[in-house]
Amino acid sequence: MPDIFYVLLRRMRTPLIVLIVVYSVAVLGFTLIPGQDAEGQPWHMSFFHALYVVSYTASTIGFGEIPYAFTDAQRLWMMFVIHLTVIGWLYSIGSLLTVLQDPAFRRLRTEYVFQRSVKRLRTPFYLVCGYGDTGGILIKALADEGIKAVVVDRDENRLNALELNDYIRRPLGLLADAAKPAVLEMAGITNSYCIGVIALTDSDQTNVMVALSAHLLNPNLRVLARVESAEAAASIRSFGKNEVINPFETFAGRLAMAIHSPGMYTLFTWMTGVPHEPLREPLFPDRGLWVICGFGRFGTALHRHLEAAGIPMQVIDPDPITNQTPAGAIIGSGVEATTLQQAGIKQAVGVVAGTNDDVSNLSILMTARELRRDIFMVARQNQRDNSVVFDRADIDLLMKRGDVIAHKIFALLRTPLISDFLETAREHDNDWANQMVSRILGVVSDEVPYLWEIKINKVRTPALYKACLMEQVQLRDLLRDPRERVKSLPAIPLLLKRDGKATMLPELDKPLEVSDRLLMCAAWPISDEMRWATQNENVLHYLLTGQETSGGDLWGRLLQNR
Amino acid sequence: MNSEKVVFGFFILLALTLNFGFFIGDIDNIAHHNVYELFAALVVSLIATVLKFGDRTHLGAIFLATSLVADLQLLMAALIWGYAAHISPTGLDTEATVAIVSFSGGALLANIVSVILLLAETMTVRR
Repeated sequence: MPDIFYVLLRRMRTPLIVLIVVYSVAVLGFTLIPGQDAEGQPWHMSFFHALYVVSYTASTIGFGEIPYAFTDAQRLWMMFVIHLTVIGWLYSIGSLLTVLQDPAFRRLRTEYVFQRSVKRLRTPFYLVCGYGDTGGILIKALADEGIKAVVVDRDENRLNALELNDYIRRPLGLLADAAKPAVLEMAGITNSYCIGVIALTDSDQTNVMVALSAHLLNPNLRVLARVESAEAAASIRSFGKNEVINPFETFAGRLAMAIHSPGMYTLFTWMTGVPHEPLREPLFPDRGLWVICGFGRFGTALHRHLEAAGIPMQVIDPDPITNQTPAGAIIGSGVEATTLQQAGIKQAVGVVAGTNDDVSNLSILMTARELRRDIFMVARQNQRDNSVVFDRADIDLLMKRGDVIAHKIFALLRTPLISDFLETAREHDNDWANQMVSRILGVVSDEVPYLWEIKINKVRTPALYKACLMEQVQLRDLLRDPRERVKSLPAIPLLLKRDGKATMLPELDKPLEVSDRLLMCAAWPISDEMRWATQNENVLHYLLTGQETSGGDLWGRLLQNR
Repeated sequence: MNSEKVVFGFFILLALTLNFGFFIGDIDNIAHHNVYELFAALVVSLIATVLKFGDRTHLGAIFLATSLVADLQLLMAALIWGYAAHISPTGLDTEATVAIVSFSGGALLANIVSVILLLAETMTVRR
């Protein structure tokens, strides 16, 4: 039995005893006090009648004096009983309500309900620690994909927000400190349906603790942790097969990519987009001098990335000594026109407002626009709540930290092949990326491309699995339209993984083999058509041979015998 | 001295002795069995049961179980008495009396088990 019942029973002891005593005293009194029957003979109430009278008196129903009119002695006792039982009931019900309202008891109850619902989960789920900006976007994306999530956060307001959000598959939330292993256990870290733990709290200490507990409690779990310091990252990487995400590094890397190879940036954003997100136009910033405002942890990472790409920069920072800015940095915040002019805004092609303060970032960009109308503006948005103003400011490239990280994690979770693809894509140049972008533009409409994985095995793709065992299936056959096989579906096979070796953009005449994994890219409705062919033997048969079979097994045998 | 133990011991023993007082006498003679004693035994037994609510120990669970058995049997005895005296056309006859007393005998056995458990618990306490 869970703790909650013991607490309830223990607290209800006194009120229950009071009720028993009150009832027994009242009943006993009625049986002892003599009454008079209709003929005036002395009469004693039996326990049966006494209990009957007390029952309707105590519950305030009030039924009169039965079976005979009471004597004065009985009426006196009746008065006493009425008051006694009412007080007894009030006290007991009051105690029960007090117990139910008690904050400690309520916490126990919510924990109990949470624990029970976690135990009842019968679908794979992710355990997400921390429901901030990043966690919010990630959980929404997971919910839209139909993946369950269990959320642990210390902030009550955030959990309330989770409850108010309208998700298709409502995530379970628990108000607790994720740094405690007992909490993680309650949240289902040892549950066999838990497929991964994502640590997104704002404390490195907590994230390391989560990764460590996951490794010790359930070593097969996939762990993704957000970590800001190098030491914490190293400590998480040192055990298990964990993945570490440094928000500043990831974010700066993405921004640097947007500046030095915009085509690649567009490709990356599309690949890691959340399904059904509107497609953003490719960017075309010029090559030349960039002005970077703010040289904190983010600015440092950005500087390193840009320097590696050989892009000239001018740094503006209010505190060059503590932040260890490179030589030649301008002292100032960038919100004044003079510092921007000093930094050479007139010759620059772009400006990055990268401080950790949204107000300064907006102000920098407004000032820069005053000085030069056509400059390429990049803003870092720290707070999600500020979206309204940032969206209005007409900024060329808006980087939301929460978005970048949540999208990266989501892509890693949904299909691991995406990371293989992006890893290989990095080796190519911007022109290659531009070509890819235009190819993808050809197959999608106004939403980001939908990426999915086709795994040739018995369970997920039974028809394709069978076909691959019996005959040669080419990739081209899979891409045929199930409604008219001479046409091909607008989909791009991005990657083929066979025996741990990944092939980018596999040839269309490549024969498929069992246990191949394919990463496909198309508009969302197309994915369904292709899944249909991999699962339905008749459809696949039509794609391969052009012959239509509509029957089941029996029909097939008849045809063969003829 | 643990006052909780005193109270519980008191009620368990009281339940046993009251029960015994009711049970003793000829099994088919209602004059040997006092209705007030049955009432007292039932009330005391109920209180003893509630006193064991929320006890997480193994022994506490067994106490609760035996108490519930005693309650159930006494309640049955009381119900039979009420039925025989007020509803049954034959009234409180020998058959009903025998049933009432046997049920209270069953409750007595459960109460004895409770007291044995109490004694065993007391013996094992080293302090």
